[in-house]
Amino acid sequence: MDLYPFWNSLRIAAISCGIVFFLGILCAHYVAKLPRVLKGILDVILTLPLVLPPTVVGYLLLCLLGPNRVFGSWMMSAFHTRMTMVWYSAVFASAIVAFPLMYRTARGAFESFDSNLRDSARTLGLSNTYIFWRIQMPCCRQGILAGTVLAFARALGEYGATSMVAGYTPGRTATISTTVYQLWRTNNEALAFRWVMINIAISFVVLMAVNLLERREKKGVRA
Amino acid sequence: MSLLVDIKKDLGSFRLDVSFEAGDGFHGLLGPSGCGKSMTLRCIAGVERPDAGHIEVNGRTLFDSEKGIDLPPQQRNVGLLFQNYALFPNMTVEQNLRTVTRGLLRHQADASVEELLKRFHLEGRRDHMPRQLSGGEQQRTALARILLTRPGILLLDEPLSALDSYLRWQTELELMETLEDFAGTVVLVTHNRKEVYRMCRTVSVLDHGYARGAHGTENLFRHPRTLQECLLSGCKNYSRAEMLEDGRVYAADWGVTLKVSESTEGPVSYVGIQSHDLIPVDTEGENVVSCQVQRLIRDVNSAIVMTDTPGGTEGNHRFHAELSRDQKELWEDRKQLQLYLPPEKLMLLR
Repeated sequence: MDLYPFWNSLRIAAISCGIVFFLGILCAHYVAKLPRVLKGILDVILTLPLVLPPTVVGYLLLCLLGPNRVFGSWMMSAFHTRMTMVWYSAVFASAIVAFPLMYRTARGAFESFDSNLRDSARTLGLSNTYIFWRIQMPCCRQGILAGTVLAFARALGEYGATSMVAGYTPGRTATISTTVYQLWRTNNEALAFRWVMINIAISFVVLMAVNLLERREKKGVRA
Repeated sequence: MSLLVDIKKDLGSFRLDVSFEAGDGFHGLLGPSGCGKSMTLRCIAGVERPDAGHIEVNGRTLFDSEKGIDLPPQQRNVGLLFQNYALFPNMTVEQNLRTVTRGLLRHQADASVEELLKRFHLEGRRDHMPRQLSGGEQQRTALARILLTRPGILLLDEPLSALDSYLRWQTELELMETLEDFAGTVVLVTHNRKEVYRMCRTVSVLDHGYARGAHGTENLFRHPRTLQECLLSGCKNYSRAEMLEDGRVYAADWGVTLKVSESTEGPVSYVGIQSHDLIPVDTEGENVVSCQVQRLIRDVNSAIVMTDTPGGTEGNHRFHAELSRDQKELWEDRKQLQLYLPPEKLMLLR
């Protein structure tokens, strides 16, 4: 059994999760400070990928990254780099789809952070950087971890946008989800079943992790 | 003068318009819940920005809308004790204190942290998380953390209201003891007039966001000037009033004309008297009002009697009298009661 799709899926999920981790926290932190109207509009835009069909995200990405489109052709002429139908094309797709999960959970965690702690820290002369990294982030740790796990899981399972921008090339761009579809389509049900089980196992572990985190959080509050 | 506040801020449902000065020692900021007391403190500390005005502490301008001065809270050197103490929940007691000593040399930091842990009886609690501490211990930790920053002024936001009544008294004594040798101004925000009377020498009264000037505490409680001040001092008996030409006062709600000893400055709209200043008598005479008893509630050493007045049933027509057990024969089992209002105890209010 060729395990390439497994490693490729993990690689794509890990990289896009890493990108989304920082971007999500950054956006959550700054959007929370904006005036109400602007906040509402930005919030909608940043959450949009969560409700859009992945094929729509894929279509929009192709409009940007396609070899004959603005960004794609520029990358091609400047760096001789293809932006579509390669393994890292899937990173763009899954990062965009997973972003809202990270952004929203991080924002929820920041909003439930007691702003009195920040205010009191400021009156004590502590710098804003210190407050963010040493007080706000540790206090919101559980929420941010949960968001990261969710974003990772979503990135791992991404199919629609990925199949549009990265396609399915065995040993090159194949991920678990595109492999399952391909095997089913070619009547290789036995192998498809194995990949399905692998996928279920990964998702099971991930969701268990989220539950454990949430339980620990509740316990922490009660004690 | 170590604190000078003159600020305005639109709070949506009402306007904050506060102006007072306070010297060294305890100054009370008294008012009912939601009247802008905490907001005033937050403006002084710099975590909220007033729309306009001027804030000065120990001769240093912290905020001035005209000159465009607005120092960040980190540079104000103002210690603010939050109502919920705002201890960092992810750190132990000692770590909480050490957040503010990071600028110091190691041995200096050690020495001052140890000194404060000892002074605030927190040595045994140094490795505890804030949630494992009692309310009093949390407050002491928060206060120690503030004092480590050597603030020029201390602002206490309802420091006792989060505690149950057992702890309250103990904590109040501790608070006074700990802050006895604090050199600057301490502003105590509270809705409890007894706390103000016990702890503060001067007081400003905040009513729906509006406060002007400072009073001596003794003055506010003994000689209130406005109805609001009178109510804050705990007075339950007041009536609309009209000065008569012979120097007497007609109390419209009570329906009686009364002799007063206070000389009046300016217009008089209300007259008031404290519950414990009403005296039961069994004679007729000047300032004696004949009342109908409505309710009688027995307390440990006294009785609270609610009576009607000759004023009928309009407005604030009732008397709320606190009568001593010693004069039991004058009020017990009576439907009709004679109450004497001593002229020197009647308060004339704007």
